[in-house]
Amino acid sequence: MAILIDEKTRVVVQGMSGRIGKFHAEEMIEYGTNVVAGVTPGKGGETVLGRPVFNTVREAVEATGAEASLLFVPPPFAADAMMEAADAGIKTAVSVTDGIPAQDMMRVKRFLRRYPREKKMRLVGPNCAGVISPGKGFMGIMPPHIYMPGRVGIVGRSGTLGYEAASQMKDLGIGVSTSVGIGGDPINGSSFKDILELFEADPDTDAVMMIGEIGGPQEAEAAAYVSESMTKPVVAYIAGLSAPKGRKMGHAGAIISAFGESAQEKVEILSAVGITVAPNPSAMGQTMADVLAKRAAA
Amino acid sequence: MDIHEHQAKEILAGFGVPVPRGGLAYSPEQAAYRARELGGDAWVVKAQIHSGGRGEAGGVKVCKSEKEVAEFAAGLFGKQLVTRQTGAAGKGVYRIWVEEASDIAQELYLGFVLDRKSERIMVVASSSGGMEIEEIAEEDPESLVRMVVDPAHGLVEYQARELAFKLGLKGAQVGQMVKAVRACYRAYRDLDATMVEINPLVITGSGDLVALDAKMSFDTNALYRRPQVEALRDPSQEDSREATAHDAGLSYVGLDGDIGCIINGAGLAMATMDMILLSGGEPANFLDIGGGASPERVMTAFRTVLSDPNVSVILVNIFAGINRCDWVAKGVVEAYKAEGLTLPVVVRLAGTNVEEGRRIIDASGLPLITAETLAEAAEKAVAARPKLAA
Repeated sequence: MAILIDEKTRVVVQGMSGRIGKFHAEEMIEYGTNVVAGVTPGKGGETVLGRPVFNTVREAVEATGAEASLLFVPPPFAADAMMEAADAGIKTAVSVTDGIPAQDMMRVKRFLRRYPREKKMRLVGPNCAGVISPGKGFMGIMPPHIYMPGRVGIVGRSGTLGYEAASQMKDLGIGVSTSVGIGGDPINGSSFKDILELFEADPDTDAVMMIGEIGGPQEAEAAAYVSESMTKPVVAYIAGLSAPKGRKMGHAGAIISAFGESAQEKVEILSAVGITVAPNPSAMGQTMADVLAKRAAA
Repeated sequence: MDIHEHQAKEILAGFGVPVPRGGLAYSPEQAAYRARELGGDAWVVKAQIHSGGRGEAGGVKVCKSEKEVAEFAAGLFGKQLVTRQTGAAGKGVYRIWVEEASDIAQELYLGFVLDRKSERIMVVASSSGGMEIEEIAEEDPESLVRMVVDPAHGLVEYQARELAFKLGLKGAQVGQMVKAVRACYRAYRDLDATMVEINPLVITGSGDLVALDAKMSFDTNALYRRPQVEALRDPSQEDSREATAHDAGLSYVGLDGDIGCIINGAGLAMATMDMILLSGGEPANFLDIGGGASPERVMTAFRTVLSDPNVSVILVNIFAGINRCDWVAKGVVEAYKAEGLTLPVVVRLAGTNVEEGRRIIDASGLPLITAETLAEAAEKAVAARPKLAA
């Protein structure tokens, strides 16, 4: 079953007519993702990659029954495109765009609150690599071949560090149920906790690899959730041990600005609730292998 | 993006925050002239650099004569002012703000930040102004008042009034505070700020509120729609390497070690730096080369890293998704030749087109050190450092 996307999920690509949107949509289709339509305002009626293009998300949803959307929309228009998707009835939207103003995301999060829980769109990202359920389908910009199908969920802020984890696991014969990039921005659609909840409920996921970094309160929030409600084992790694306080490390959100936001403090918070923290980024796969072996032996 | 105090004061005054009268000077003579222009018998002379802690670093002085103003200014101009926030290199003083001295009865703190927990703008205020907010939080946490603003309707008047009463303000000060708080909020919202701080916000002897200092930072992602903010950028206050890298589409942060890093992705970059640290080395920098790295971009990355004289080894770690290992490999080989490199370069490639990338590295005949894993790359980089004389 996996989470967020499988081989049946009907996906619309907002911005499919653009060069980057088209390139990645093609990769997704080749992988077997059920891409049903594109949306580009003003290009309605055209066909891209054999799929119809619509002017609005609402038209695309009405014509194709699309449930999910991948957004390749430049920063100035990204927030608007997210709100359009939410209002058209899209269930899951993934935004890869890097560089969206923080106040735009503040507005999007406020906008999403107008919907009752069962009608509220789940937003993943922005500034993330996307979501992949190996062997089934993906929405994003990741190289799909590095993921082996399996039963471990991955959730992380960073794209390439997530690739690193997936490939370390693959080398050890550990496959992935779904990998979710939640993005490196200070305000994001889904938190670690949001995704952990999905993995906890997913019968096809046995354990979760959580990859955090310096800055922000979401790792601590996830630790509280794991401690109170999670039965599946969680392995974690936190990047930024060497990061100085007050300097932004690439991601807009990767900056230590409050107590509890440094890598050391986060490792302590996670370890305190029984999460196994990988000692270094080259040992993420091995740490997961050890935890799985221990669980199998128990 | 940071701006100077005088710029922040001008912006906030435009939104209705009361600030002392003052003028900007680019020379000691001009500073003295500003004092004469303002009149009175005491002036505060303040070095304008992008940093807090200027007072204790000797960058601020109350002067009693025009001569004193000129002399103090003469000692500041061109100086690298080192504060507890600037690092050892300090920041150059090229402009000075001269303002009328204020009569201070009480100091308050007023700040606006992006609160990542509520994902909204948060107002933080305290009746203990003058200290850094971290110190207030530690020494007088009871005095802190926090308030979150709903972006749907903005900061409502009663919230500002509540804040004023919680700070213990009375009479006309309440109305002045409400006006100042709402003005700061509008400035934050309308200009895509990430931080507005007035510290101290003082109550004068005559009972009026005045912003004695002001700081603003802005969301670089929103500069495309705030050209008036972008125009306030002062390159003299930026690390020139970081600025050059930024213009080339690279994200670079200079650090104190000697292992230069060229990596794709912020998370992987931090993880690689951690791995270097755990292997017994120290990273010279953070550098995220980004997606779609062309051979040219790799060259620029090499030049940026090499502009740091402390670098004795370079570690390239690329896990290609949208990137292509063969392009990166070409870039590494070209950069090595073009820069006439003699220092050791460790290259670890993974992901898209990795075989072709490794073939290019091997076929180049250059003494590049290759590694398969992250740990191996870090260990080899640490081992490749020239032995320091004992």
